[in-house]
Amino acid sequence: MKPATVAPGSRLDCASDQSLLVSFGDQISLEAHRRVHWLLTCLQNEPVAGTLNLHPAYCSLLIKFDPRRTTHQQVEREVRERMANMDPGSATGRRQVEIPVCYGVDFGPDLASLAELRGLLIDDLIRIHSQQTYTVFFLGFVPGFAYLGTVPETIAAPRLASPRRRVEAGSVGIAGHQTGVYPFPVPGGWQIIGKTPLSMFRADRDPMSLLAVGDEVRFRPIPVDEYVRIERGGA
Amino acid sequence: MIRVESPGLMTTVQDLGREGFGPLGVSASGAADPIALRIGNRLLGNREAAAGLEFTLVGGAFRFEIDTWIAITGSDFGPMLDDAPVDLWTVHRVRAGQIVRMRSTRSGARCYLCVSGGIKVPLFLASASTHVLSGLGGLDGRALRKGDRLQADPAAPPPAQRLNPEVGAKLAPRRRLRVTDGLQCGWFTVAARRALFETAYQVSEASNRMGLRLEGAVLEFAIRREMITTGVALGAIQVPAGGQPVVVFVEQQTTGGYPIIANVVAADLASVGQLRPRDAVEFEPISLESARDLLLEQETSLTSDQLLLS
Repeated sequence: MKPATVAPGSRLDCASDQSLLVSFGDQISLEAHRRVHWLLTCLQNEPVAGTLNLHPAYCSLLIKFDPRRTTHQQVEREVRERMANMDPGSATGRRQVEIPVCYGVDFGPDLASLAELRGLLIDDLIRIHSQQTYTVFFLGFVPGFAYLGTVPETIAAPRLASPRRRVEAGSVGIAGHQTGVYPFPVPGGWQIIGKTPLSMFRADRDPMSLLAVGDEVRFRPIPVDEYVRIERGGA
Repeated sequence: MIRVESPGLMTTVQDLGREGFGPLGVSASGAADPIALRIGNRLLGNREAAAGLEFTLVGGAFRFEIDTWIAITGSDFGPMLDDAPVDLWTVHRVRAGQIVRMRSTRSGARCYLCVSGGIKVPLFLASASTHVLSGLGGLDGRALRKGDRLQADPAAPPPAQRLNPEVGAKLAPRRRLRVTDGLQCGWFTVAARRALFETAYQVSEASNRMGLRLEGAVLEFAIRREMITTGVALGAIQVPAGGQPVVVFVEQQTTGGYPIIANVVAADLASVGQLRPRDAVEFEPISLESARDLLLEQETSLTSDQLLLS
């Protein structure tokens, strides 16, 4: 199958024998994100026959299908038909989510060194991080891990040279111009600046994931005692 | 109930996985060798997707507290029922008080213990599969431990006695995996493609259900470009900067940022689940059309009424 233009800057490619990748350019932008979000919502509301899974990312959506039930050609045809009616402006009933974060202290082991690296006071770094409104571009890595953008250039952070073997659940990190919260204690290379007492993902909650694609997120700095209070409250 | 006397190296509850939750960052997980699990369930008359136990390299011992039927499939871990060796791919009657024991593998990486009616655990996102990294699914989201008890209620007597060896041979795991072109295959040198298709790679010790790290000829880039994170397909062969490939596997990250040189075809994914550390593996390029034909052919064998013998 030849890559084909559907809408300006979009293309469909066979990513494997059981998946199709729809891309909207190759830049991280809100414009591309809105298209991904629109197509994701469209395919979730009315699934294409034979499709199994959807993997959204910054400017692309991977569509996994069952080759026993359909083909690349059939899925491509259906997706093109949907995209002919694309209205990315309409997918923006955006939820606002506030995430309380206790920066630094014992919760953000990289906060001081990152501030020094960027030539900022710790309080300035906290203010810059918490004054920005971030968009959930997609969830990936592990269940409930939201890739949030865009982190201002002044506090953008390189990944750690050697990733930690274990990052605590709730840890808030920065990598490049992305920020995010670790839902589970897993290995990770993002620079950790604080921690939230909220559970990002709980199997016994509906919805399980605190964040969903397209949400708008703000971080609110909180002192330790409030962290403890929220944590005890089981939020 | 079934009591875990010794858990083995890495024994988890697995079914055919949970598709459809990629938007939450949740990968499908499921049996590393789904063909073996499906055959085990078919032998017992279970749903194909019923949960069983997946053993990795070294099995364990399980005391049955119920009368039931079992089938052991996949690689040969030298299974015993009390003191007697038992055949793979065969239905066995197990009585309350008996112990099923697995030893170390004599062939591939994984073996399955299927039980009449399936292993019952609370479902997470519609599946019993354990997702080890995030601690979700299966039994408390983790590998089994000594003293764990697993619920299994025997269903009707099994419809079959054993796998038809002729059909089984067609479904046997391969060491030469068929692949299709990856989206970034053009980023690599001609020499890199030749190396991937003409030399063997060795499975590294640092391999698990998330991915298999391979060691062999370095895959050189012709073009070095920064990748923007995209969704990653199961079986993708990613190449990090060092040039040593990684095969993305069942407990994968849903997205990734490494160039993909090729993809293991769907029909050969179960074979990936049988690769052990230090095993040699080869890759053979085929077209998307051939990949689909292979899968349909495999499915015909798996669903054939010749599959099982009574």
